[in-house]
Amino acid sequence: MAHITLRTEIDQFITAGEAAKASTLLTELWQQNPGPAQAAFVVSRFEQLRPKLNLISSRIAILRSFTVEPLVPVLRAAAMVNGLDLTVQVGDFNAYAQEILDQNSRLYHFRPDILLLAVQTRDVTPNLWHNFTGLSSDQVTNAIRQVVNDFRELVEAFRRGSQAHVILHMLEIPGSPSKGILDAQCETGQIEAIRQINRELIHLAKEYPGVYLLDYDALIARHGRVSWHDERKWLTMRLPIASTCLIHLVNEWLRFIHPLTGKICKALVTDLDNTLWGGVIGEDGMQGLKLGAEYSGAAYRAIQQVMFDLYQRGIILAVCSKNNSAEAMEVIEKHPDMLLGPHHFAALRINWGDKAQNLREIAAELNIGLDAMAFVDDNPVERQWIRDQLPEVTVIDLPDDPIACAQTLRDSPVFERLNVSVEDSQRGRYYAEQRMRSELQQGTASLEKFYYSLQMEVDIAEVTPETIARVAQLTQKTNQFNLTTRRYTEQQIADMAADPAWRVYSARVCDRFGDNGLVGVAITRRQGLLCQIDTFLLSCRVIGRTVETAFLSALTRQAQIEGAQRLVGWFLPTSKNAPARDFYSRHGFSCVEEQNGQSRWEFDLSRAEIAMPDWIKCNILISEGLFQ
Amino acid sequence: MNEAIFAQVRQIAADTFELPVEQITLESSPETLEGWDSLRHVNLMLALEQTFNMEILPEEMEEILSIEAIVTLLQEKLLAMA
Repeated sequence: MAHITLRTEIDQFITAGEAAKASTLLTELWQQNPGPAQAAFVVSRFEQLRPKLNLISSRIAILRSFTVEPLVPVLRAAAMVNGLDLTVQVGDFNAYAQEILDQNSRLYHFRPDILLLAVQTRDVTPNLWHNFTGLSSDQVTNAIRQVVNDFRELVEAFRRGSQAHVILHMLEIPGSPSKGILDAQCETGQIEAIRQINRELIHLAKEYPGVYLLDYDALIARHGRVSWHDERKWLTMRLPIASTCLIHLVNEWLRFIHPLTGKICKALVTDLDNTLWGGVIGEDGMQGLKLGAEYSGAAYRAIQQVMFDLYQRGIILAVCSKNNSAEAMEVIEKHPDMLLGPHHFAALRINWGDKAQNLREIAAELNIGLDAMAFVDDNPVERQWIRDQLPEVTVIDLPDDPIACAQTLRDSPVFERLNVSVEDSQRGRYYAEQRMRSELQQGTASLEKFYYSLQMEVDIAEVTPETIARVAQLTQKTNQFNLTTRRYTEQQIADMAADPAWRVYSARVCDRFGDNGLVGVAITRRQGLLCQIDTFLLSCRVIGRTVETAFLSALTRQAQIEGAQRLVGWFLPTSKNAPARDFYSRHGFSCVEEQNGQSRWEFDLSRAEIAMPDWIKCNILISEGLFQ
Repeated sequence: MNEAIFAQVRQIAADTFELPVEQITLESSPETLEGWDSLRHVNLMLALEQTFNMEILPEEMEEILSIEAIVTLLQEKLLAMA
């Protein structure tokens, strides 16, 4: 039995203090046969390794209407394999409503980060499930309304006591509706009634930030309704799920827990030969590659489709391949069945060098951590090499059968997101354009010429209800070009925008390669003749292109229009904002105070102005009427 | 007495009850092992179902309250499946 040997090896590595190797083998053991059989072993060994591993901790409260206890070790094991250390509290059997409504219950004392509300239709609305044929259409309507209201009350009550994220099971439909095939013939059938509840839940979740829906019915359908449900276990121990399907529910929970705990990857680095296409370009030539709509090229086309979907979700794509660059690039640029093209890839490393070194370079080029990268390669040797050399990187094991690869990629929880902003969906493109820009920069003699060649346009505007979320997000996420690193919530931004003394400006940058989106925020406060710069930041996407000068120039002009005579700004150093350190001195401000590295700068508006760079067309989209 | 089945059951029981394998014998039962409570019994049954790819019926679950009884039942069921 292979797994017995594996277990012995794991224990030997633990005894020898080799945590990383033991952890890799535990992952292998789990992936061979995930579920109740290995869960206790995997959890107990990870608990021994925990002090040596860099696991992200999170507290999960599970409230439920059915037996979930056997799922807990499976959830903890699967989470540990994925780098998460979960502390789990399970609520009393079918007591979820009381525990949420009682503000003094165990639930609130536990102080969860995430609340998982695991319920099923037959418990939430027994009438609609068991007794549907006995209900009049009014009674059905009332039952639907009542279920939705119950959920609303629970969410409201929970929000009074906790800001934790909520994962809510939507309701599943019965495999055999009580009216038989008649159910589908009428508008008021049992299945339609349950779907109506689910549609209402979608509205409900939209109203409450931090409430997310798990499509329980889709999950059951994906794995087969008949094999999912275990009637005998349901009737005897109130466990409605077959032992073989417990792992599927756990994996679905993890798809939510990953983005909620930040255990996600920002970039996917892919190999080319036998990963993006079938065959080896160096041997088979472009004509010989398997890629297209028919078998067996369709398997690779499907992999590209998944990557394209991830790109649309905001995941950055990059290539790392051992190949002759010219040959491989020709396929990427010219193969008629390539779904992905050069403009989808933010970084390319096509050479014969060490892949670990190439991944380090890609991380540096994209300005992301190795822990934010995922790596796919058909070659198990390369995968193992990356695991050994760069344990922070998430290595995705593709199955040997190409047909199964697309699904494996889709199932990976590190690419899950719970919301995607317009900026997110454009991110892949921004990075790819950035690569083309720097290639252009290398080909341009003088910096000034390069700036002109970019044909930059900067739109400066005051924050609006449409941009408020992005502005708040930028204050929360920008670390490098950020003079004061003050983090603001959407509510705080809205409050400042409404205050006549404050101004919240945003900057959007376009150039010949495309729209960079909303990438700058400045917040100022008027105090008599002074205009204080509370916040000034730029996304790293546009650093080094004099956008900051254009933004500051526009800001000073506005301050002058409003009657300010002096600009005052601070530089508050952090471990990351060195790129912004000389910002004020470069623009003619004088330092009037310095203490512990923090400095205060002033600029006399009556004597000088900050010139707009000639190569930037700046549109100030602010109505003068606002400043009366 | 099938040694291979016993070895597997022993391992799964040791994992489930968080005990060293050596402490699990044919005679082990809820009376002799402290960790063998009703909740862990369910976990043990689910682990056995997954490992041996079979369904253990509720009435069987109530009866197999020793390692020996478990091994005997698994042997019978595997034979019937073959």
